[in-house]
Amino acid sequence: MMEAQAIERDQDPASTVNEASKGHAMDISSLNRGVSTRTLEQEDVCIDVRNMNLFYGDKQALFDVNMRIPKKRVTAFIGPSGCGKSTLLRSFNRMNDLVDGCRIEGEINIDNQNIFEKGMDITDLRRRVGMVFQKPNPFPKSIYENVAYGLRIQGINKKRLIDETVEWALRSAALWDEVKDRLHESALGMSGGQQQRLVIARTIAVKPEVLLLDEPASALDPISTLKIEELINDLKDDFTIVIVTHNMQQAARVSDYTAFMYMGNLIEFGNTDTLFTNPTEKKTEDYITGRYG
Amino acid sequence: MTNMKMTSETHSTHISQQFNQELEEIRSNLLAMGGLVEKQVTDAIYALIEGDSTIAAKVRQNDKAINQMQLTIDEECTRILARRQPAASDLRLILAVIRATGDLERIGDEASKIARHAMHLVEEGESPRGYIEARHIGNQVRKMVQDALNAFARFDTQLAVQVVHEDKTVDLEYRSATRALVTFMMEDPRSISRVLNIMWVLRALERIGDHSNNIAEYVIYLVKGMDVRHSSPEAIEESLRDNLLADHLKNSKEDS
Repeated sequence: MMEAQAIERDQDPASTVNEASKGHAMDISSLNRGVSTRTLEQEDVCIDVRNMNLFYGDKQALFDVNMRIPKKRVTAFIGPSGCGKSTLLRSFNRMNDLVDGCRIEGEINIDNQNIFEKGMDITDLRRRVGMVFQKPNPFPKSIYENVAYGLRIQGINKKRLIDETVEWALRSAALWDEVKDRLHESALGMSGGQQQRLVIARTIAVKPEVLLLDEPASALDPISTLKIEELINDLKDDFTIVIVTHNMQQAARVSDYTAFMYMGNLIEFGNTDTLFTNPTEKKTEDYITGRYG
Repeated sequence: MTNMKMTSETHSTHISQQFNQELEEIRSNLLAMGGLVEKQVTDAIYALIEGDSTIAAKVRQNDKAINQMQLTIDEECTRILARRQPAASDLRLILAVIRATGDLERIGDEASKIARHAMHLVEEGESPRGYIEARHIGNQVRKMVQDALNAFARFDTQLAVQVVHEDKTVDLEYRSATRALVTFMMEDPRSISRVLNIMWVLRALERIGDHSNNIAEYVIYLVKGMDVRHSSPEAIEESLRDNLLADHLKNSKEDS
């Protein structure tokens, strides 16, 4: 950068002062690198939740939730156990359909399409909205076959295409270098952290739009956790990521926006930096500072 | 902007009793350091006005204790940051305390400077001018230090704004006092050396005002979450008013 400026100055000595001050401004803006200057309202919306109520039998688990989750950003859900954050996350690819007695009112629009509409192709929805759980759940197959699985059930069987996609997915999940020499060994022989990254690779291999992560690192050691967090940061260029975590520092580290939920209500949803330094709601403040939970 | 009432109990309601104690401890240590600094300023001004070099020497001696307190409090804050990862108001408390200890330590240094010049004046003979101004500005900045610390202790943003205003007045009076002294020195060059001592004292007092102003700004950051450094007093008051209005609207919405 210094060199480029020096050259520019040589060409136009009159602009020396301006260049110098511009250089200064650039230095300051580089301090904010990686921090989005947009507000939540200015972001493109990916998932639009409207007036959503959810019941497990007679018991209401979510109360009139309204939120707009931004596209290609990381959104974290935090809150005490049983506050409904996992329930809300699972609704995004209709995993709650599998729960007996679960009833949902309201709308969830993903890219302007209500996912509760009649005739919604749930298999396709779950391809578009991939999910990773707390415990790594690789299939008892080879590493390669785990990642290729989603493609095969889609009917893709061109070997070259599958090879390419597997490599891309494993590279994107920061796993390629560790496993490229043992692609055909069982996935169950990998470490927990590697298994979790494999599951993420398997999920992104089918090119979803949204990645739902339900406590993805809570069963992992600190180093593997950091690798997953690093991975989340890399993946947000291509996917909308929603993460549920009990670890508030993790939410603060990885997310652009944070939603705080309490007893089935969305209490506060906003910029992560603001939420962790100066929250608007007292309940949020009490939770993130460890006053209850 | 935050709209939670902050009181002295705010930092004593954590699930972790230990954490409560730690936060309470740094807060009370800061106020203890503030009390000592305030006394240093009072003593330094007294030493100057009364020409008491014993008191002046004591002020210079005590400055070491203040420096030590800064180190201790900063160390406690570092430990809390590392071990507790505080958030929201807890985080702002730690940041405000770290910053405030810096300013208190500098106020201590300025008091020590005043004491040094007081000793010089005893040795070289009194300055023919400037004592009235020094006493006047000295009383003002002493009150500012006191008010800034009270604002910190009570999380009182109104009092903090008052300190910010007072700083502007002190700046004006400092400027007019130095102008008067410069004129005097031009008329009587033999007194320059002695008058300069008083000039440095005035300069130190004005800096004490600036540091108190900084502490007052940290109080607003601590309570409201607004970083008002480098803003004019009017701008600070306006954003506090906006904040209050937003609180009011929100509360009335919740009530209805």
